[in-house]
Amino acid sequence: MSETRIDMKSVDGRGRIWDPARECLSRPGIEDLQLARLRSTLERVGDNVPCYQAKFREAGITSADIRSLDDLARLPFTTKEDLRLNYPYGMFAVPLREVVRIHSSSGTTGKPTVVGYTRNDLRTWTELVARFMTAAGVTEDDIVHIAFGYGLFTGAFGLHYGAERIGASVIPMSSGNTDKQLMIMQDYRSTALVCTPSYAMTLADRLEKAGIDPEDLALRFGLFGAEPWSEEMRKELEKRLGLVATDNYGLSEVMGPGVAGECLSRCGMHIPEDHFIPEIIDPETGRALGPGSVGELVLTSLTKEAFPMIRYRTRDITRLHYEPCDCGRTHVRMEKTMGRSDDMLIIKGVNVFPTQIEEVLFQEEGCEPHYQLIVDRQGTMDTLEVQVEVGEHIFFDEMKMQRAFIDRLEKRLLATLGVGARIKLVEPSSMPRHEGKAQRVIDRRKL
Amino acid sequence: MKVEQISIFIENKFGRLAEVTKTLGEAGANIRALSLADTSDFGILRLIVDKTDLAKTTLKEQGFTVNKTEVVAVEVPDRPLGLCGILQILDEGRVNVEYMYAFVERCGENAVIIFRFDDPEEAIRVLTENKVKVLKGERVYSM
Repeated sequence: MSETRIDMKSVDGRGRIWDPARECLSRPGIEDLQLARLRSTLERVGDNVPCYQAKFREAGITSADIRSLDDLARLPFTTKEDLRLNYPYGMFAVPLREVVRIHSSSGTTGKPTVVGYTRNDLRTWTELVARFMTAAGVTEDDIVHIAFGYGLFTGAFGLHYGAERIGASVIPMSSGNTDKQLMIMQDYRSTALVCTPSYAMTLADRLEKAGIDPEDLALRFGLFGAEPWSEEMRKELEKRLGLVATDNYGLSEVMGPGVAGECLSRCGMHIPEDHFIPEIIDPETGRALGPGSVGELVLTSLTKEAFPMIRYRTRDITRLHYEPCDCGRTHVRMEKTMGRSDDMLIIKGVNVFPTQIEEVLFQEEGCEPHYQLIVDRQGTMDTLEVQVEVGEHIFFDEMKMQRAFIDRLEKRLLATLGVGARIKLVEPSSMPRHEGKAQRVIDRRKL
Repeated sequence: MKVEQISIFIENKFGRLAEVTKTLGEAGANIRALSLADTSDFGILRLIVDKTDLAKTTLKEQGFTVNKTEVVAVEVPDRPLGLCGILQILDEGRVNVEYMYAFVERCGENAVIIFRFDDPEEAIRVLTENKVKVLKGERVYSM
């Protein structure tokens, strides 16, 4: 056992708190702050974002009507469709000159969703990531190995700046190249691993293959996020990598990672309530549900300047717990997400909408609307297979043309989705025809 | 001078080839020559049958994806270097062969090979110019 390894029994159950004054605020203190910040956010979006102006007008409501937090439920929702209609910068509440960073995520169609951050937004984001990384055990003594892909997605940059803020040593490893990851992990003595749970599993497999004993690594903590995972997977990762694993949650539309993160008590992910108001609604009726109910998570940002979100429908199904946590933090905890209220898939940590795939298929002349997506997990990695029924227009009697057709579709899918998919041609009528909506997606993963 | 061929998309799964031949047989169409190109997922079955249109319609009714293409049937001397001589003629005539397969029956002393060319008209011109016999469709269907 290395000298940097901690014995979990010796870790103070409460652990460190990054910003105790704010993270342990009393419930009335949280609510007063939320109401004040909500009203100022509503004024700003009402002044600067035409989409919100129109929505509020239609609902016959102004920021002055919001006198208590209960009035939040009177405001209209914001959806991914709103973001699509306002692509690329229509939802920004500040001029672009005040925006210092742009990220994006998958849209429901060919166009992605664009989000922006002012200097203050980046500062807030960094602070909130520092909070949950501290809650997950990371300190200035850690060597943080970030194996999220650096790029347009928010994962890598969010964790990167948060870890630096704590004072940890950050290795901006990025994703892929598993053998090199292992070498650096061994030689640089990485103590905290940041990646998707499925990639952590890939690393564990490769360790085993290479005959490396996890006890010989310096890993202490794993901060895994960007896709759903189970308690069983947590146990396995902890055993195979010799670390303590925590979950974290975020979505770029709302900020990125840091929207919620587990503390070492591991009984739900704390949502920083001084910056966001979470609600749970019935996804069918849109009605707000009481505490402890399972439903769709809706988030309202309270401090964001460039890209404020009012009642954004995350489509993630979860439950909120307001009882105080053992760790001393007072902020609400959300459970691991239990599913989606739309058809979005998370494949290798990347958000994929079936409509994006449909668009790619329909760009090909003669492609018929009969396709099915098969999501599976081979070993530890997600796989996406797109089964396409072969009609006369996409059937060639020369094999090289048929192969070229498949290659062309696979390349386009990779470019559009940001994740690879395998095309499988099938005979017509292979897919079950349903009354009404076809079953487009078969997810065989057991998470 | 061209011969009609039908191609059928076949998923690589149990019983599909049998299904095709059964469908054809029940419709009263007889297979004259065939070739199968396959990958791990699917195959392309190409057939010369005595009743092309009947075969195509019946297979489509059974839900198969079927296309009709034109190929060229060439008489090839049935002796060593017989095929080689024909391919050299095509090579010199700068005609590309996409694929080819052999006919089961002989035509007199000669074998018959089915060719799919990138430019069938040019191929037929080059072959006949070099005194190679190209068979008519009707002759092939009834062999």
